[in-house]
Amino acid sequence: MKTPSDRNSMTFASITPNEGLKIAVEKGRMGVLGELSESGLKGRGGAGFPTSVKWNLAAAAHDTKKYVVCNADEGEPGTFKDRFILAEFADLMFEGMTIGGFTIGAAEGIVYLRGEYTYLRGHLETVLEQRRKAKLLGKNILGKKGFNFDIRIQMGAGAYVCGEETALIESLEGQRGEPRNRPPFPVDTGFMGHPTIVNNVETFAWVASIIVKGGKWFKHIGTEKSTGLKLFSISGDVERPGVYEFPMGITVDQLLREVGGEGAKAVQIGGASGHCVHQKDFSRKIAYEDIPTGGSVIVFGRQRDMLAVAKNFLEFFVEESCGQCTPCRIGNEKLLEGVELLEKGCCSMKYLRELCSLGETMQIASKCGLGQSSPNAFLSIVKHFQDEIMGRTAIE
Amino acid sequence: MLITERDQLRSEISQFVKKHGGDRSALIPALQYIQQKYTYISEFAMQAVADELDIHPVEVYGVVSFYSFLDCRPKGRFVIRLCRTISCEMQGKDRVARQLENDLGIKFGQTTPDGAFTLEYANCLGMCDQGPAMLVNDQIFSKVTPEKVHDILQGCRQVFGAHAMQRKEEHII
Repeated sequence: MKTPSDRNSMTFASITPNEGLKIAVEKGRMGVLGELSESGLKGRGGAGFPTSVKWNLAAAAHDTKKYVVCNADEGEPGTFKDRFILAEFADLMFEGMTIGGFTIGAAEGIVYLRGEYTYLRGHLETVLEQRRKAKLLGKNILGKKGFNFDIRIQMGAGAYVCGEETALIESLEGQRGEPRNRPPFPVDTGFMGHPTIVNNVETFAWVASIIVKGGKWFKHIGTEKSTGLKLFSISGDVERPGVYEFPMGITVDQLLREVGGEGAKAVQIGGASGHCVHQKDFSRKIAYEDIPTGGSVIVFGRQRDMLAVAKNFLEFFVEESCGQCTPCRIGNEKLLEGVELLEKGCCSMKYLRELCSLGETMQIASKCGLGQSSPNAFLSIVKHFQDEIMGRTAIE
Repeated sequence: MLITERDQLRSEISQFVKKHGGDRSALIPALQYIQQKYTYISEFAMQAVADELDIHPVEVYGVVSFYSFLDCRPKGRFVIRLCRTISCEMQGKDRVARQLENDLGIKFGQTTPDGAFTLEYANCLGMCDQGPAMLVNDQIFSKVTPEKVHDILQGCRQVFGAHAMQRKEEHII
């Protein structure tokens, strides 16, 4: 049985510090890209874009300036594994960023740290200073001529949408955090119009680990389409909440046994923007090809009111929608009004179906990932728990 | 605001912006600096930042109004942000909320008349395994219970009484 948030049980703890950076410099850019490509590593923020493809595109782009951005704007409800990495394995993450700088040819790295994690900043600045002193940042790193790279931290200011990579770049540039149209993608036109890779905190830590242990090692863990290990943030009605490391492709059942969450009636996987998985589907796999996740797992016990869960998530999206596009801005408000009608026990089946159809429209017509995924929880709760949410007696 | 105070704010902003490269990407760090020092960003401060970056003040206002950690109205010295997301809600956030309102005598969204506390909700603070969680300025409190609320507030009041006019980052880190 695993212990939650146990530093020593993580693969990251077994990686020799800065070994990855040394190997990367020896192997050269193509060597790093080759390992990453072999590992099959996909973005650990949840979107699951292959890291090697992103880095290849940025490495191939011609520009005098390129940037490495670390997305530490972990705002997804139920996610806290990046907080754990930042507190326990910041060095490994910075190493991954430095490898990124070496690989794509960037001289500047930026950590976009969410405002809610301001209390971690002091620690991160200390680690950065130590790295500078050890000549692991700065000019001619590890004696390699022309390998210049430094990292700075920029604070977010409390906006969930800035976890979306183009909104994050807008925010770095001093704008409102409103997502851009893609294409062009950041690997081509990113921060200040220069090629930029934006990766999650965990992705950078895995890059450094993969360079040490080899792409083959990573590939043999997990499923064919979702390789390797992943950190999960477990909260809700479980005996042992916390951060865990599991291979990709673990079933919901297995996961619940590990964390002491047997007897749950539903599990929300992927946070507010993820899906609510009913008990009957607990044999499904947590993987990009089945139930994708950035690592957030919220467990609901028998006593939980699923309508209250849907309401909580919709209140979240009404608040956090950037307001730029209509499907997301108005759609979430309408869905929330619908949940309030359901709460009062006065929503007709016809209207509920209309709301579901509105949700599907939002999935297609919203501009960015936030809007496209915002109705997911509502739709899956309506689908699986219809008998629980219809025909209620109004609560005075 | 006295003329001298205005001049001082202007020169502070000017120095800060220069230190951060002097282009638009310095905007949010500059606003965060003002927010932290003065608990809010006044119209005058927005105009001064706009002048310094050579952009329209409406652009600055657009940014201030977008981010929930930037405010254009004065806040208390201690901004309490209680997490209202589902994991904290399931762990009893409502009772903590009620106790905070009872002990401070204000509702969420309000500031105490003495300017000491502002009470707000926040979305997920990333403490879901140790809820209910809340931030007091930059400091995080986890597993907050209704009876712990009093001690936390008392801790703030003591520093507030002793150094009421000092910058808030010196109180709580």
